Amino acid sequence: MTRAAGFRLGLVLGAVFLLEVLCRAGVIDHLTMPPPSQILRDLGVMLSSGAMYPAMAKTLLNVVIAFSAAVVVGVAAGIGLHGWNALRQGLEPLFATYYAIPVFAFYPLLIILFGLGDAPQILIGFMLAVVTVIMNTLNGLDRVSPVLRKTARIHRLGRLATALKVTLPCAAPSVLTGVKLAVAYAFIGIIGAEFIMSRTGIGYEISFAYNNFDNATMYPLILLILAVSTLVNAALSHWEKILMQRRGLG
Amino acid sequence: MSRAHVSLHDVTRVYAGARGARHDVHALGPVNLELRQGEFFAVVGPSGCGKSTLLDVIAGLSRASAGTIEFEGRAVDGEVPEGVGVVFQDDACFPWLTVRDNIDFGLRQAAVEAQERTRRLSHALELMGLSDFAGAYPAQLSGGMRQRVCIARTLVLQPRLILLDEPFGALDQQTRLLMGDELLRLWRDTGATVLLITHALDEAAMLADRIGVMSARPGRILDIVETGWPRDRDSRIVAESSFGEITGLLWRSLRVESLKALGKSAGVTSALP
Repeated sequence: MTRAAGFRLGLVLGAVFLLEVLCRAGVIDHLTMPPPSQILRDLGVMLSSGAMYPAMAKTLLNVVIAFSAAVVVGVAAGIGLHGWNALRQGLEPLFATYYAIPVFAFYPLLIILFGLGDAPQILIGFMLAVVTVIMNTLNGLDRVSPVLRKTARIHRLGRLATALKVTLPCAAPSVLTGVKLAVAYAFIGIIGAEFIMSRTGIGYEISFAYNNFDNATMYPLILLILAVSTLVNAALSHWEKILMQRRGLG
Repeated sequence: MSRAHVSLHDVTRVYAGARGARHDVHALGPVNLELRQGEFFAVVGPSGCGKSTLLDVIAGLSRASAGTIEFEGRAVDGEVPEGVGVVFQDDACFPWLTVRDNIDFGLRQAAVEAQERTRRLSHALELMGLSDFAGAYPAQLSGGMRQRVCIARTLVLQPRLILLDEPFGALDQQTRLLMGDELLRLWRDTGATVLLITHALDEAAMLADRIGVMSARPGRILDIVETGWPRDRDSRIVAESSFGEITGLLWRSLRVESLKALGKSAGVTSALP
């Protein structure tokens, strides 16, 4: 473990320890937040009971759908826009300001258009995630050196083969940065949407538990989301590190 | 040795001027040139004279604005013909692939049969001294070794015409001489026709059978110098007295053109020491 990673871990463990002490000393009362050790125990009980499995499965499945669609559409759109400069120049200012728009504000419209099922929630997750994939794909493709494009032509590759075998692999570290952000945005989108427009899922269960002062459910669910998104992010970061090391950049 | 393998007839290349520019940029030509089957031909010229543009139009990477290019009797027109390999000055290794996979890349594209692929791959790795680095990534190699990977990737496809665009430009002098030796050996072994673009007169004089001297932009072939070296030469010929004569001859042709490229007139040049 590097010094920086050790420092980071120490900081997180220190913050958890501080919370534990504050909760047990009564500085933070139990109705506001139980001690972290209690949250962990509650999570164990919840997972062993299996009561939340349907909600977890529904949320994770929707995150996977929104994320996968964002990556496929985002990478394809990135490749397409990279080859169509006029359209790119028209759209890029919109992409730059995209995250200033609160996508959640459109939820009534999405419900009218797609009903109360999973579709509008997945759409919000997708909408939040897709643009960062497009922008990072474009960024990565911009950095592909012209000599690699020439090399693709020397090997008589067509446009699609050039994208799949040369330019996209070359742009992979940048694309992966977009993919990492897409995971986070998909989680935010899906869980946020479940708060406001769903009757199922982890977001809904958190909201329901909050309204009923059910800390034994709410905090373990928050911890679960934290754990899953951290785990996915760590796995992608590890992959990113390997890619960078291969290129002498790690 | 005398049949024309590549022929260029009145080839020119004009680039459209940038937005707001008054004129188009006349980068090359007209160029008339014939490369003989199996010869090593070098092109030297002042900076910006269109040497790389010449290589691009011969390779089919760029379309000639006028004139015709033929490779083995077939017209080249903006598409890279089968049988042509190119090595560039810039690092063209794929950084995400190992040395083995880099060299194998072209063989996969060409759908070469698996057993033959393995044979060519092992041969190329051995020939270029890369066997111990087959599993390494380009970032782990020196500039010279990365260039060898690119040469190996070109050679495994057994091209009949090899185009080299200042392939040793980024290397130090000693490595360039040694790479030159390797290149001469590969040229003899493969029997391919080689066109080398270089700004280094000594490199051209050491490697080539014939050297085309290009004018300042728009580049035209001003002169062709025959070196008269035996086919089994190597870098030790730099010690020959005729080596100095050849580089001197090249420089005489090039000096005025190089000054033109720098924006100095012949009148000014005569006042220079």
